[in-house]
Amino acid sequence: MSMNTMGRPTAPASVSAAAIETVSGSRGLLQHEDLLFEIGTPETTGVDLPKPKGLKSRLGGVARKVDTGLPGLSEPQAVRHYMRLSQRNYAIDLGLFPLGSCTMKHNPRLNEKMARLPGFGDIHPLQPQATVQGALQLIDELATWLKVLTNMPSVAMSPKAGAHGELCGMLAIRQALIARGEGETRKRVLVPESAHGTNPATAVQCGFIVDEIKADRRGRVDMADLKAKLEKSDDVAGIMLTNPNTCGLFETDIREIADLIHQAGGYFYCDGANFNAIVGRVRPGDLGVDAMHINLHKTFSTPHGGGGPGSGPTVFSEALAPYVPVPYVNKDEDGIYRLVEHVDGDASESFGRMVAFHGQMGMFVRALSYILSHGADGLKQAAEDAVLNANYIQARLKHVMSPAFDGYCMHEALFSDAFTADGIETIDIAKALIDEGYHPMTMYFPLVVHGAMLIEPTETESKAELDRFCDALESIARRAAQGDDTLKGAPYLAPAKRLDETRAARKPVLKWAPEDTSKVAAE
Amino acid sequence: MRYLPLTPEDRASMLATIGAKSVDDFYTDVPDAARLKGKIAGLPDHQGELAVERHLTKLAAKNRSASSGPFFVGAGAYKHHVPATVDMIIQRSEFLTTYTPYQPEIAQGTLQTLFEFQTQVAALTAMDVANASMYDGSTSCAEAAVMAARATRRKKIILSGGLHPHYAAATRLLCEAQGLTVVQLPVAIDGEDELSKAVDGETACVIGQSPNVFGTVTDLSGIASAAHEKGALLVSVFTEAVSLGMVTPPGEMGADIAAGEGQSIGNGLNFGGPYVGLFSCREKLVRQMPGRLCGETVDADGKRGFVLTLSTREQHIRRDKATSNICTNSGLCALAFTSHMTLLGGKGLRQLAELNHEAAIELADALSAVKGVEVLTPRFFNEFAIRTPMDAEAVLAMLDEAGVVGGVRASRLFPGDHLGDVILVAATECTTPDDIAAYADALKEII
Repeated sequence: MSMNTMGRPTAPASVSAAAIETVSGSRGLLQHEDLLFEIGTPETTGVDLPKPKGLKSRLGGVARKVDTGLPGLSEPQAVRHYMRLSQRNYAIDLGLFPLGSCTMKHNPRLNEKMARLPGFGDIHPLQPQATVQGALQLIDELATWLKVLTNMPSVAMSPKAGAHGELCGMLAIRQALIARGEGETRKRVLVPESAHGTNPATAVQCGFIVDEIKADRRGRVDMADLKAKLEKSDDVAGIMLTNPNTCGLFETDIREIADLIHQAGGYFYCDGANFNAIVGRVRPGDLGVDAMHINLHKTFSTPHGGGGPGSGPTVFSEALAPYVPVPYVNKDEDGIYRLVEHVDGDASESFGRMVAFHGQMGMFVRALSYILSHGADGLKQAAEDAVLNANYIQARLKHVMSPAFDGYCMHEALFSDAFTADGIETIDIAKALIDEGYHPMTMYFPLVVHGAMLIEPTETESKAELDRFCDALESIARRAAQGDDTLKGAPYLAPAKRLDETRAARKPVLKWAPEDTSKVAAE
Repeated sequence: MRYLPLTPEDRASMLATIGAKSVDDFYTDVPDAARLKGKIAGLPDHQGELAVERHLTKLAAKNRSASSGPFFVGAGAYKHHVPATVDMIIQRSEFLTTYTPYQPEIAQGTLQTLFEFQTQVAALTAMDVANASMYDGSTSCAEAAVMAARATRRKKIILSGGLHPHYAAATRLLCEAQGLTVVQLPVAIDGEDELSKAVDGETACVIGQSPNVFGTVTDLSGIASAAHEKGALLVSVFTEAVSLGMVTPPGEMGADIAAGEGQSIGNGLNFGGPYVGLFSCREKLVRQMPGRLCGETVDADGKRGFVLTLSTREQHIRRDKATSNICTNSGLCALAFTSHMTLLGGKGLRQLAELNHEAAIELADALSAVKGVEVLTPRFFNEFAIRTPMDAEAVLAMLDEAGVVGGVRASRLFPGDHLGDVILVAATECTTPDDIAAYADALKEII
């Protein structure tokens, strides 16, 4: 060991990290942290409030009998609790997050700052409309750009997330069918087997019956199967089709599909989850689409927040425009913005109200900030870069992994597990990526590809980042092809090892209780 | 463009690696007629932060923020103080910029906070289990109704006349789309008990709200008994989560499902969203629940850890057989809720609730002292309805001129229900004695 003149070692001795046991439970910068309920007490608080005066209650006896018993923490304890937990999360701000179909792109901080302006963040949804004209104008401006980008005449802003937007679209179709007197007869909705699970779930929530259509060998809708399913068409309500689809491919026959559905008397719902691949190059309104939701948290980069909040404005064709939900914003001739909040007057054909208030305003501000920042040139460039990045990954890895389909992809590259040795599965490759410092790709989706690995890099990544990622995945893929068993134990370097999901589901423990903790500790 | 790291040289070299001439090659599947020729119409090119900030700040400046003066608007969203720490926590990149925790080895931060959130929501509502959040209170309520129909295999849903009309509308929409029958009881300031008379042997659930949209608190225990006697469930709704600090919670009244809005804890007004739906129920109903659930387990080393669980209820596994189509929920708003709740603690929440209640008492006394003004809500927590001798819209407009945002006119929520002279008024810990005096003085001038 080398030392300086004071006797302080200047070069480290070599010991494997795995061999080091710690007393604290922490591992260097990764601090141990118990559950809130194990460190706080109900008497502790991190908020200084004035003392109540002790006025006589007006609850009329409708008073809580048993206190919540919930623990509190002082402010520094609370800050540490959440900071320590935060260190166990991967995030797009840390590195490439190639979760296909989820679109994990950079979240600009300007958008956070704008959403926190008191004029947006601190206004009440039921304030007099004269006091929120700027907010209504913002909703109207965003609505305008969404209509321009999609070339659709109408948009419903209130859906709270992508799946909620799907619900909005399918409820409009339902209402249109009712208006035609075919609400009871047209119940069948065609859904490709490659669709997101939300599509069939949404159709059923609206009282429809799902009829699956097959994918062909090119990963697109099997036109022969579609035509067969439309032979008897007087019960067809419509189709729910993702485009670009969940295989990361543009549906080549989309115009013909739209025509066939319309000839059959049905409507075309397009799942807009992958709109980010085509912004500025293709407008869904030119494809024969009747309704499409836009995930503001994907295409327009409002933060995913560990599972929401999302936002799913839904655009509509002329055919469905009369049925959009309330509320919506109208601009008068005198320049005043007015909310249409009830199903009457101009909105008498509206299918109703999906939600309290006006939708995800906080997300609207961020999305408009994103759209204005990018501008016409930037939005198109972002879509093209996303597609270029995905094709680059596909090109770099196609010799060691198995592309699911021939040809170029759009914004995500899809591989099957055909290249892996027996015993090595998609999940092993995904977990090995964690050890390399990456979030895994989407795995086992879409269902039409065996052991699917769906990789979406987005436009956020530089070429150097993509190369680093491809080097890592290439090395893992080679090990998988050779049957390297050590992959089965990955990840080795993450804050947790593989978790027992079977145990979690068999005897669900869904909240903390002192007994459960002692049992777990005893095992 | 500051968000796009690829250089022209990068793009050229990547195209060469791919073997494509230009990005146009990737779009050859697009039918020619659908290719956008030229630029996006009307949208200017990219702009720097300063220009975007200037435009949005101008729009924001046209709105009157709740903190800028005496403010008494409630009816489903409430002006509360959010500690600075909460906003710092939800802006941490590791929480803000991550996804639904599908890969638990690198998402234990999100998962543990969700587990703590579920524990807190279960305790606050005095129910057995809570999920990891819904979009908001109104969608929680709608999902509770269809869940009750699934669980009981019945088709009739009965809504109280005190249920927030937006919640009623969202619930009616989802239920009717699924072929359920919705019975809406007449609008009533103090009529939750009518549910007991309406429930019958075909009822899946009755939905009552306490505090209701008029602020009235009601012990729903009798309704629970009446419902259970007929084999129906009680769904107990709330829009003001701070009330759970002192008002009888759903579980203490025998509710089977609790559905409410969590905005009041940790989340700003945001003109109506994003908010966070709270959803909890009895243990025996857990497999009928919508939405994400986080559960405890162990990892391969035997260490405690958390995962999303019971996903065989969910759309990504069960597709058309799923309990709901919900995918994204309200994760970051749930984090705001749980971190604020952690700062408060049980004792802090009770104290906060008492401050809200006392502010409302003082407001009610000050307003009812104005000649011609009547407080209509018999028992309240932090909001109530008043009747004035004039049209509510005119009163609110004049209050506005005096700098007071005086509440919500009931006719905005219930058009055509003879409530033209009724205003819904809320007070919170943010309401000062000066605010109350300003309201009462202005009202005196007007009437």
